[in-house]
Amino acid sequence: MTDPIDLLLWGAAPYVSLAVLAGGLVWRYRHDRFGWTSRSTQLYESRLLRVGSPLFHLGLLLVAGGHVLGLAVPKALTELAGVDEHTYHLVSLGMGTVAGLLTAAGLAVLLYRRLTVPRVRRATTLDDRLVYPVLGLVLLLGLTATIVDNGIGGGYDYRETVAPWLRHLFLLDPRPELMAGVPLDFRLHVLLAMVLFALVPFSRLVHAFSAPVHYLFRPYLVYRRRAPEVLGTRAQPRGWAP
Amino acid sequence: MRVMAQIAMVMNLDKCIGCHTCSVTCKQTWTNRSGVEYAWFNNVETRPGQGYPRRYEDQERWRGGWELDRRGRLRPRGGGRLRRLAGIFANPDLPGIDDYYEPWTYDYRTLTEAPLGEEPPVARPVSALTGAPADVSWGPNWDDDLGGAPGNEDLDPMAVRMRERVGRGIAYEFERSFMFYLPRICEHCLNPSCVASCPSGAMYKRVEDGIVLVDQDGCRGWRMCVSGCPYKKVYFNHRTGKAEKCTFCYPRIEAGEPTICSETCVGRLRYLGVLLYDADRVAEAASVPEEKDLYPAQLDLFLDPGDPGVAAAAERSGIGREWIEAARRSPVRDLIVRHRVALPLHPEYRTMPMVWYVPPLSPVVEAVAESGHDGEDAGNLFGAIDALRIPVDYLAELFTAGDPAPVEAALRRLAAMRSHMRSVNLGEDPDPEVPAAAGMDAAQVRDLYRLLALAKYEERYVIPTAGVGTAHDLESIATSCSLDTDGGPGMGGPGGAPLKPGATDLLTWSGDRPEGLFPPRRGGEGRSAR
Repeated sequence: MTDPIDLLLWGAAPYVSLAVLAGGLVWRYRHDRFGWTSRSTQLYESRLLRVGSPLFHLGLLLVAGGHVLGLAVPKALTELAGVDEHTYHLVSLGMGTVAGLLTAAGLAVLLYRRLTVPRVRRATTLDDRLVYPVLGLVLLLGLTATIVDNGIGGGYDYRETVAPWLRHLFLLDPRPELMAGVPLDFRLHVLLAMVLFALVPFSRLVHAFSAPVHYLFRPYLVYRRRAPEVLGTRAQPRGWAP
Repeated sequence: MRVMAQIAMVMNLDKCIGCHTCSVTCKQTWTNRSGVEYAWFNNVETRPGQGYPRRYEDQERWRGGWELDRRGRLRPRGGGRLRRLAGIFANPDLPGIDDYYEPWTYDYRTLTEAPLGEEPPVARPVSALTGAPADVSWGPNWDDDLGGAPGNEDLDPMAVRMRERVGRGIAYEFERSFMFYLPRICEHCLNPSCVASCPSGAMYKRVEDGIVLVDQDGCRGWRMCVSGCPYKKVYFNHRTGKAEKCTFCYPRIEAGEPTICSETCVGRLRYLGVLLYDADRVAEAASVPEEKDLYPAQLDLFLDPGDPGVAAAAERSGIGREWIEAARRSPVRDLIVRHRVALPLHPEYRTMPMVWYVPPLSPVVEAVAESGHDGEDAGNLFGAIDALRIPVDYLAELFTAGDPAPVEAALRRLAAMRSHMRSVNLGEDPDPEVPAAAGMDAAQVRDLYRLLALAKYEERYVIPTAGVGTAHDLESIATSCSLDTDGGPGMGGPGGAPLKPGATDLLTWSGDRPEGLFPPRRGGEGRSAR
């Protein structure tokens, strides 16, 4: 019998987080496409941004790639490919540390910029104030888990616990008991990540879902026709519709 | 051949007095909101001068427009698709707010809330970005009217380039200076590089009238269009995080009305009309190797709507008869193609701009008149155009990628018109040699005079409505009796546009609960509270 708290945190919460993420994205797309933007502040300040922003974003892409490799690919598969546990551990530790540090350095520059440049500071909204601490904490906890548990602590094989737990979530066969013995920093990292995912649709982080990859495949010039129904129709005066 | 229609504008620079009415009415119409305080869809800059934003014409720095790659194909100057995406996290070519100016407002509250004292209260300027007291040291048109002032030698990129090209610069001396005003809006290019730069595909050129617009729901704030536009006429709204630009007042154009900048221009120097062009040859024309050939190449794109073959092809591409008829009467076509007095702004950007300019003859006339000669005598003027190389070479940097010949030819036509019409007005016998020297005949001169000097409203603006077929819906009052509407005044209800059936107009609501405001009671009859 699983501890009810474990069941809640590792069996129910992930689905709530994903549901909020998916539902929130659909809601935002249908009702607030105008608000769907990266809300860049480059117009205010460029010098720090040109250091921090590429560092943070490219680092984050590496981090995301590392998570896919570490969590989605089963241990059996890498061993089948001839990568033993020790090699995998070294690669994951090395790459993870580098990517994490790059991202953290980028975020540090960006946060410094946001706090110290008056124009940028003034343009900070409520959702920014909520998202930046969560994002920073998730990043720091992940970095701690990598460096402290995986490096200094000699190595923790999350591919025996966290990875199968996550895969089973997607197979709609939750196994909360897998997370019971995982070190605290890993568990906090995962928990806060769930919070972060739930915040994505309601913050500027949505811009990640509009990465303009199709730009590479479209012709330079875009022509569009005027929407025929829009032409010249007057807006209805305000009134009650039955 | 794929015929497309474009609403284009021509501005007659000789008549611009730099009053900025166009800028002000444009701002009141489109950008009097926070986030776009610094955006001037229409601005008027003094030339020679830096322009707005500062030194926007320096494409070595801002990398707007197109260039030819090694194989002679068009590529955005800021880089192709991969380069753009690589720079998406921090655009290397984006002007900062200080290249425009830091917008400011005034602390008006002090005026009413300051305690009684010896000194009258003063509203101090405060930054619209930070709210802190602002030290206003730059703004739009800070260098207004300072065209030929000494100390500005190296600030105008075009003056610098002219000095490099012809080995002679503008004399920045008071006695020998010249200046004119250049009103600028979005060029609504045939080959828009802002559209090509947009990673989201949110910017587009409208098929029906060629107006270039930003889809506000599609824009994701990647700000590549701002740096892609060589004219710097796309602005980033720093509150909404979306790009905004001159809309060519499309709601007015659709209804057959001129843009607000044209409508309110006190000098009546703007012309609006339709041009038909061959969309299939745009890329070819924009990629001619020599920059000086870009102006003739663009002229060559325009089709003659009087040609039955063109008219038939236009109808096949879905262009209505009203539009073809408007293209035949287009004042813009007359100035650009027939009289050849209008020239494009910076054809060397290879965007095929569609707001053209009649170059100013006044610097030349002034110079002749100041030297004690008759400034309207054709011989003096023709001679001066040849002799006064400096204004001509400078104008050539703006309008023809440095080729003085088309500028000279346009100025000679304007000079011939002045001289000829003066003879007519003084009751003299006009010398037929004068128009002939500019390659025109007397009838053509009179035509040009009517268009440029008399400039009747309905001859300056020939704008077909967006859909004559739907004109009835466009303005129901104009085409039907306003009393006829369902529930109209004749029926004891409000006038104007009809309400949805069952809806109540709040303006004339008597306070009764309308039928259907509350759902019917379950089990019983619908409650009626009349």
